[in-house]
Amino acid sequence: MAKITIMGNMATALGAKLSRPDVVPAYPITPSTLFPEKISEYIADGEMDAEMIRVESEHSAMSACIGASACGARVCTASASQGIALMSEMMFIAAGMRLPIVMAVGNRALAAPINIWCDHQDTISQRDTGWLQFYAERNQEGLDLMIIAFKVCEDKRVLLPGMVGIDAFVLTHTTEAVDVPEQELVDEFLPKYKLELSLDPNKPMTFGSFGTPEFYQEFKYTQVKAIEKSSDVIDEVFAEFKKKFGREYRKIMPYKCEDADVIILTMGSMSGTARAAVNKMREEGKKVGCCKLTVYRPFPGKELMDLTKNARVIAVLDRDISPGFGGALYGEVSAQFVNEPKHPLITDYIIGLGGRDVLIENFEEIYDKSMDAVKKGRVEKPVEWINMNQEVL
Amino acid sequence: MKEEKELFSVGHRACAACGEPIAVRAVLNQAGPNTIAVVCTGCLEVVSTGWPETAWEIPLIHAAFENSASIASGIEVALRKLGRGDTNVIAFGGDGGTFDIGFQALSGMLERGHNVKYVCLDNEAYMNTGIQRCSSTPYGASTTTSPAGKYSIGEDKPKKPLAAICAAHDIPYTATATIAYLEDLKKKMQTALDTEGPCFIHILVPCPTGWRYPSEKTIEISRIAVETGVFVLWELKGNDFDNINITKKIKGRKPVTEYLKSQGRFRHLFKPEMRQDVIDKIQKDVDEKCERFGVDL
Repeated sequence: MAKITIMGNMATALGAKLSRPDVVPAYPITPSTLFPEKISEYIADGEMDAEMIRVESEHSAMSACIGASACGARVCTASASQGIALMSEMMFIAAGMRLPIVMAVGNRALAAPINIWCDHQDTISQRDTGWLQFYAERNQEGLDLMIIAFKVCEDKRVLLPGMVGIDAFVLTHTTEAVDVPEQELVDEFLPKYKLELSLDPNKPMTFGSFGTPEFYQEFKYTQVKAIEKSSDVIDEVFAEFKKKFGREYRKIMPYKCEDADVIILTMGSMSGTARAAVNKMREEGKKVGCCKLTVYRPFPGKELMDLTKNARVIAVLDRDISPGFGGALYGEVSAQFVNEPKHPLITDYIIGLGGRDVLIENFEEIYDKSMDAVKKGRVEKPVEWINMNQEVL
Repeated sequence: MKEEKELFSVGHRACAACGEPIAVRAVLNQAGPNTIAVVCTGCLEVVSTGWPETAWEIPLIHAAFENSASIASGIEVALRKLGRGDTNVIAFGGDGGTFDIGFQALSGMLERGHNVKYVCLDNEAYMNTGIQRCSSTPYGASTTTSPAGKYSIGEDKPKKPLAAICAAHDIPYTATATIAYLEDLKKKMQTALDTEGPCFIHILVPCPTGWRYPSEKTIEISRIAVETGVFVLWELKGNDFDNINITKKIKGRKPVTEYLKSQGRFRHLFKPEMRQDVIDKIQKDVDEKCERFGVDL
């Protein structure tokens, strides 16, 4: 296994290359552009045997992905932010047609105001498209999760598209050391794939039929059963990955949670900062831990409850906002516990939107606010915005 | 090669005398069974793919409204990569899905040079949603969003010259056709199939529901469109319009009123009062076009 230092986009592109896709339709967008650039370079240099389609929009990128995937090709693409918003229509259709397309995402804020920096709004807004969603903390995870996503998505029990998010700039353009899995091992882990039902003149069938009220609900039900089933498949694939490559993945990775009063729940690159903050606060005698959510869809509700049920507060950090409600993750965590007779208090902190840095002191503030709720025995303000620039308000 | 077996089968739910199935049958039978088709959202998809049935005897994919061309791009590239490049890829789009919402995807597919045969089935309005105007709707036609009225002559913009715009991409082959001239249509489809690279076939398909005429008149109206010069049958290799081939030249071109009078969508041009000014403008535009193309014998 070779160790190299590369930017996040190069890591997801390398993960894609090792997965040997047949077709890569893509359209440039900050901060994901380096992905199609790198794939183009691999192909130009003869290092990768794939066809690139340099489409004229993200909508056409996802459309071409659908066409190619329906023929049985292994397909991936990359996008972010406005590009994902533009292709959203086709993302629903890719999932509804049960096509295992994999997309690398550089998680970026949505306009307006236009902003190119880190934020999870772009993919969180697509949570109902039916795609599996993985979020990476580091470039290594970006690389590994690409390979893992192909294997999970192509599993016959799943057959759904999936995306791997790496945070804009914090990961996409930041150089880190990564272990590069050997091609031979990746080929064993992720063999050539065959779609049983595809567009084939020898076995003609119609894809994308008109679904009347008599049948539509059943189509959706079987699709939802598949993403529910993917939960077990993800566990299996994580276990197999660990055995083959030595690195451990879990849907939710806990850190110092066993005796914690406050458990901070994070996604993406801020998870590393969360652990550093936990270490600092632990030294000060504060009983705090953190959990990193790697898999957001399917939502690992049961695992979350098992890890956090004994805490006094779950502090949910949302790098997204559902205007008029609060953070998306907060809503989902709360829903998991709502039928439990006894459960931790749940607080929501909107943080790091549009690329604002997430700092250790922010976690300290979150801990203090959470403990304040414990002392009062109730949450007075469930959704709080952290690190506001009061001067411009 | 002409196919014996129908590849677009009976039992679809198109309106009686709809022009679309006639065109689709001709196109598919010319292409044969080693073909994958893409269809965009619209009448054709609705009437032929209601699950668990299908009218398609070849593999078909429908995904959305604006992207037949980009879905087909993905298919064409995947087939080539998987060593199945001998399969025809035909993308069907209606006029709304081609002239309007799918225009960008179409232009991209043509520009990238995919080996896709794009067939536009043009009935000159958004028929599936109930006869709304689009950029293919001809000047003077009444639709539900360009209704004729006291202050309206109906559609007040000329039809977008889409086939010429496609040819301007310098694609290897562009042609127009209509169902009254099936042999001409089939010949052009065969040329497209025999030509490597993107080809665009624009087929005028009368719509009894939207154009408001008795169902036995579909073929007749398709023919009058050509005989009046309203719709010109041509083909072109590349983008040098000096080399355009008019495949049906007209001797003694009929006045446009014969075409206009045959359809309810133009009725308001004749009563309650005669809109000679509008009819004259339509005639003048057709005359100019026919002269430019060299339609008259």
